[in-house]
Amino acid sequence: MTARSLLTVDDLGADGIVRILDLADHMAEVNRRPNPKVPALRGKTVCSVFFEDSTRTRLSFETAAKRLSADTMTFAASQSSLNKGESLRDTIETIAAMGVDAFVVRHKSSGAPGLIAGWTQASVINAGDGWHAHPTQALLDTYTVRTSLGRTGGLDGLRMAIVGDVKHSRVARSTIAAMRMLGVHVTVVAPRTLLPPDVGDTFADAVTDRLDDVLDGLDVLYLLRMQHERMSEALVPNLREYTARFGLTPERAGRLPSQTLVMHPGPMNRGVEIAVDPAELPGAVITQQVTNGIAVRMAVLFDLLGSGGATLPAAAEELVSEGAAS
Amino acid sequence: MAADNVGGTQRSVSTKQVLGPDDVRRAITRMAHEIIERNRGLDGVAIIGIQQGGVWLADLLGAEIARIEHAVPVGSVDASLYRDDIGLRPVAPSAVSDLRFDVDGSTIVLVDDVLYTGRTVRAALDAVADYGRPRAVQLAVLVDRGHRELPIRPDFVGKNLPTSTEEEVAATVDGVTIT
Repeated sequence: MTARSLLTVDDLGADGIVRILDLADHMAEVNRRPNPKVPALRGKTVCSVFFEDSTRTRLSFETAAKRLSADTMTFAASQSSLNKGESLRDTIETIAAMGVDAFVVRHKSSGAPGLIAGWTQASVINAGDGWHAHPTQALLDTYTVRTSLGRTGGLDGLRMAIVGDVKHSRVARSTIAAMRMLGVHVTVVAPRTLLPPDVGDTFADAVTDRLDDVLDGLDVLYLLRMQHERMSEALVPNLREYTARFGLTPERAGRLPSQTLVMHPGPMNRGVEIAVDPAELPGAVITQQVTNGIAVRMAVLFDLLGSGGATLPAAAEELVSEGAAS
Repeated sequence: MAADNVGGTQRSVSTKQVLGPDDVRRAITRMAHEIIERNRGLDGVAIIGIQQGGVWLADLLGAEIARIEHAVPVGSVDASLYRDDIGLRPVAPSAVSDLRFDVDGSTIVLVDDVLYTGRTVRAALDAVADYGRPRAVQLAVLVDRGHRELPIRPDFVGKNLPTSTEEEVAATVDGVTIT
């Protein structure tokens, strides 16, 4: 039997997301301790396979694995035999032969983690593929909203605006999907050139190119990173105009209700999508997103490698009967 | 919890009530007295219920001790990330550890509803040790049903209940049943 993998938030569905977020509460409690480490995944090996640069996601996964006592390996594409012409499949099979329980994969091509999942018996966790998906970002985002607003019961009826380059953003795709599964009303705010073609029908609840129109009554303002290469592609005229129309300027920050959460997946382009110091925004939870990322990734790793709960209904029954008896 | 599952069992088995609600109440009162007597003055004593079955009992023991003598800290610990059978059972979502006192140097009374193989207690001991170094750890259970698989014994017992491994024991504030 092939192990379970996490490729998109659709793999989880609303129930699966809630299961991970509940588990993340356990992990967050572990992370608050003076010695934030539990033996849960002793003897398991997690290998990060990053074909694209990353600071926070790779470190976050590795920290998560270590706090669960798993062993970690890191594969950096730039220092590998890929440079000698070894194929992706051979590379993965070689690492798998060393005994790996989970691959954490980032790749510039959409669908690469899915391919890898078909080649190995190990679990595969998508840590970002092309413009396609970044499910653990979506999980940490929903977890951050849930904990920051104290909404353990669900996110029904919250209003979120997600601003910026939705078209090229795997974060936007995954986070919008996850938020909507949990009942959040999502408005996409972007210039037309940065919208995916299917945006209106299936992608979001509303679409606009006027940020000022949506600020009132907003629970979450989610700013996406403005990638500089979009300028050279002439999708936006220049950064200053982008900031004026879509950035969080001091003027807009002043209009924002103080309880509105301000989120950003990082890395931030200060002065572009966020032209105020987030430290001065009462609702900024950008640092919490990073902190929560560890708890959520611990939950994902434990769910895939340590907990029989999701796939073994027989075990669940046993828990109930033995819970009182052990 | 366990009682909910009884109906799900396919075999036609009878459920026998071993303790009633009054028996449970009396057992808790007696155990509270024993805990106080054993730890004269309750100096540095704290009570920790093992998630999830031990939490209600820890709360009631804590309330009873507070009534008889004075209040002591009560918390709970989730041992699921320390189990030796990880992968065989899911983690209960509501059972996050809650320890808001210093474990270092205190005398911990670990509480569970039913003591069986001892594996949960083993995991809970490891979990507690990650919060600090207690001066001593004592174990209080409402029911000891035997069949230990590890060298663990309780210090305070509500009722010793000989069982077979085929049977299931459920303990709540409303009583103890054997199925």
